[in-house]
Amino acid sequence: MTKSELIARLAGRYPQLVAKDAEFAVKMMLDAMTDALVKGERIEIRGFGSFGLNHRPARMGRNPKSGDKVEVPEKFVPHFKAGKELRERVDERINTIQS
Amino acid sequence: MTLTKAELADMLFEKVGLNKREAKDMVEAFFEEIREALENNQSVKLSGFGNFQLRNKPQRPGRNPKTGEEIPITARRVVTFHASQKLKMLVEEAHHGQQQRDLEAASNG
Repeated sequence: MTKSELIARLAGRYPQLVAKDAEFAVKMMLDAMTDALVKGERIEIRGFGSFGLNHRPARMGRNPKSGDKVEVPEKFVPHFKAGKELRERVDERINTIQS
Repeated sequence: MTLTKAELADMLFEKVGLNKREAKDMVEAFFEEIREALENNQSVKLSGFGNFQLRNKPQRPGRNPKTGEEIPITARRVVTFHASQKLKMLVEEAHHGQQQRDLEAASNG
């Protein structure tokens, strides 16, 4: 499912909304989530999961071509951890047991 | 500060002109559509933000950390998130910008 398919599905759920509103809403939500991570804030969505930043300390790496040692600076990378409901719903094993 | 569904709904109320009820429902529906796609084994690609993908993990040996007893960790399907190049770059740039400001503040102070 792509962003435009997600927008179309949301617009379908709300016939009273203009399709453009669904598009604007999705863009606003993704922008707000991006901004939060850029500011180093966490995102916590109950039943879905949480986003945060993981720290990667500086390390010595090597240029694979020349073999020279290079210092790779520390950095922060976005990280997602699925919440309980999402974890359970995607796990077939649990679905099989329950059905 | 942590971003939650409540803040997202407030933002939709203020900036998109949905009423409070619609804004709250829209936020809930947004995450529910993503959950439904993933539940149906469909990956979700949100360009500029990142991709949610599914991975099937085989059974592997595990241990009860308290008792040390060996118990197999059953095969399962899990969600993984890969941030887009754009998101990774924005996060890194913000961090480097902050470091630069810290350095300047230290040298000025």
